[in-house]
Amino acid sequence: MAARTLFDKIWDSHVVERLPDGTCILYIDRHLLHEVTSPQAFEGLRLAGRKLRRPDLTIAVADHNIPTVGLRTPPDIKEEDSRIQVQTLEANVKAFGVPYIPILDVRQGIVHIIGPELGLSLPGTTIVCGDSHTSTHGALGALAFGIGTSEVEHVMATQTLLQAPQKNMRIDVSGTLGLGCSAKDIVLAIIGKITTAGGNGHVIEYTGDTIRALDMAGRMTVSNMSIEAGARAGLVAPDQTTFDYVKGREYAPKGEAYDKAVAYWKTLPTDPGAHFDTEVFLTAAEIAPMVTWGTTPGQVIPVTGIVPNPADEPDEGKRAQLQRMLDYMALTPGQHLTDVKVDVIFIGSCTNGRIEDIRAAAQVAKGRKVAEGVQALVVPGSGQVKKQAEEEGLDRILLEAGFEWRDPCCSMCLGMNPDKLTPGQRCASTSNRNFEGRQGIGGRTHLVSPAMAAAAAVTGRFADVRQFG
Amino acid sequence: MDKFTTLTGVAAPMPMQNIDTDKVIPARFLKTIKRTGLGVHLFDALRYLKDGSENPDFVLNQEPYRKAEIIVAYENFGCGSSREHAPWALLDFGIRCIIAPDFADIFFNNSFKNGILPIRLPRAVCEQLIDDSKLGGNARITVDLERQVVVRPNGEEVHFEVDPFRKHLLLNGLDDIGQTLRHGKAIDGYETGRQQSQPWLPTIAA
Repeated sequence: MAARTLFDKIWDSHVVERLPDGTCILYIDRHLLHEVTSPQAFEGLRLAGRKLRRPDLTIAVADHNIPTVGLRTPPDIKEEDSRIQVQTLEANVKAFGVPYIPILDVRQGIVHIIGPELGLSLPGTTIVCGDSHTSTHGALGALAFGIGTSEVEHVMATQTLLQAPQKNMRIDVSGTLGLGCSAKDIVLAIIGKITTAGGNGHVIEYTGDTIRALDMAGRMTVSNMSIEAGARAGLVAPDQTTFDYVKGREYAPKGEAYDKAVAYWKTLPTDPGAHFDTEVFLTAAEIAPMVTWGTTPGQVIPVTGIVPNPADEPDEGKRAQLQRMLDYMALTPGQHLTDVKVDVIFIGSCTNGRIEDIRAAAQVAKGRKVAEGVQALVVPGSGQVKKQAEEEGLDRILLEAGFEWRDPCCSMCLGMNPDKLTPGQRCASTSNRNFEGRQGIGGRTHLVSPAMAAAAAVTGRFADVRQFG
Repeated sequence: MDKFTTLTGVAAPMPMQNIDTDKVIPARFLKTIKRTGLGVHLFDALRYLKDGSENPDFVLNQEPYRKAEIIVAYENFGCGSSREHAPWALLDFGIRCIIAPDFADIFFNNSFKNGILPIRLPRAVCEQLIDDSKLGGNARITVDLERQVVVRPNGEEVHFEVDPFRKHLLLNGLDDIGQTLRHGKAIDGYETGRQQSQPWLPTIAA
C-alpha cells in the first residue's frame, strides 16, 4: 500500500461506502452535543419520525449559555432565551436517551475540554460536534471537526456524515520555544504566516520537535485554532505523551483493552514518504509572545511590535479593510502594543481553559495585583479543571491578585452568557476569535496566551511576559 | 429543502474578504431553538446603527438590494464559527446564492444543506460581478445550476464548477439524510466490523 498520512489512515478506516462521485459515507465514532446547535437537529428528527441511531456514541453537555457566577441551572438562568435553550437540551436528551452531563456535575464543562478529559476523545477515532472548535480533539490524533446543525441531524440519524476527502497539509515547527512562549504563540504565529484562509480545504497535521515537546494541553491549544487558519481539522500524531494522557481516564480503555488500543494507535502516524499537498515550515525563532491587533486572528505581531500602517498595503480594497480594523480597534499606525491599555482580561475558553493554562496565569499573577480599573476573569474550562486548580491553591493566588474566579462555561469567548464586553472595552483574551463584536457589541479583542493575559492584567496594558521573572 | 434550479435576481455587492459568520449573525442571536426568523438579524452590526435604526450606508438597506437574492463577495466568505444560523439568516432574508473566490469549508457545506448555492469564481470575475451588481435596479444576474453558468446582465455566461452529488441534491431538493439511510445495510455492516476490530471504543449507557 502507498505511504499514507495520519489523516488518510483515519479517513480510510472510517469509510462506510464511497459513492460514485467520490463523496464518502464516513462513520462517526463520537458525537458531542451542546445546547446551541442541537435544538433544530432534534426537532428535525422528531418531524421526520427518525430515531437517534447511537445514543451510546453520543454525549451532551450545556456549556455556551451557563452563567459563571451564582446559580447556574435553568430555573435560575435569568436570560429567558438562554434558559429555554438549556431546558430544550435537557428535554431532548431525555426524550432521545442521550447521555448528559448535568450542569452541577463536576465533569460539566466546555465540550472540547471534557471530551479529552473523560477519555472519550481517542486516537484514530472520528469526532464531530456542532462547533467549529471540535478541531481541538485532533491533538490526540483523532479526526475531529465542526459541523453545522443539518450535519448534526445527519449524524444523529445515521451515525455517519457525507464528506468529500480533504487535502493534506503539514505544518512543521522546529526548535526550542523561547522564554515566555507557549502553544498559543505557536498557533498565532502559524495563522499570521498562512492567513485565516491558508488551511481551507485541508486537514493540517502538526509535526516537528516543537510540537512533539508540547504537553497534551499545548497540543490541544494548537489544534483548537486550526479552524482559525481555515482548516476544519488539525492533527498531532499520537505518541507516548498521548498514550500517557489517555491512560486511566473515565471512558478510556483499561487493562488489556488499553494495551491493544495502544498497539493500534502506534500504527497511525504518517508513513515516511507520504504525500502532503501543502507543507509549511516554521522555526521556534519566528515565535515570540504574540498579540493580535486586528479583527481576524491572522493579524498578529510579537508584543514588541508596532501597529502596522494601512498605507503600506498596495491593494486598495485590502488597505480599506485594514483601516476599518484599526478604526474598530481604536489603534493608530506605529503605536507600540505595550502602550495599549486594557480594560478586561479573559482567561478561559476551549483554547486556553485547561489546568496548564491556569497554572501559567497564576505563575505570573503570584504576588502581583491586577491593575486598577482592570477586570480580570478566570473561567476554568470544566468542573474538574476548577477542582484541580483549587486543590493546587491556584484560585487563592489568583483571588489574592484581584482576579475573579468563576465557574466553567464558554463565557466571554463569545458572550452567550452574561459575561460580555461593553462597547469600546478592550480585552486581552485567551480565546480564539477577535472578530468584531465577538465578545460583546463594540468590544475590542486581542488574542494572547494565558501568561500574556495575566501580564496584561497586572500591568494594565500589554506587557512582554518575558520581563516577568 | 427547496429545490434550486435557476435563479434570476438582484445581487448585492459586498466587496470584503473574510466575512465571518459572527458578522453574518452575532452569537447573541443564536439562542433560538428554531431555524426561521433570523433574517431580521442578518449582518446585524453592519446593518443597524447603535440606536437600532437602519444604517443607510449598508448595502442591504439600499434599493434595489433590499430584495437581493444573491451576494457577491471576496475571499474566505463564511469563516469562523460553524453556526448554521448563518445560512438560516441568509435564507430567511431571501439570499439563495453567494458568489465569492472561495469559502470557508463548514459554511460551504452548511449552505448546500439549506438550499443556498455557494459558487466559487475567480477574483477577477467576482470584481466584474460586483461592478454588474452596482448597475442599478434592472441589472439582474441569473444563476443556472443545471447548466452551471452565471449569466451577467450583458448576457455573457460564466461557467462554474459544482460537486455533482451536491448539484443532484439541490436540483431535486433532496434531503441527504434520506439518501444516506438508503445505505443502512452498509452502516450496519461497518458497525459490526468496527466492534470486532476495535472493541475498546467506549460506549456510554444513557
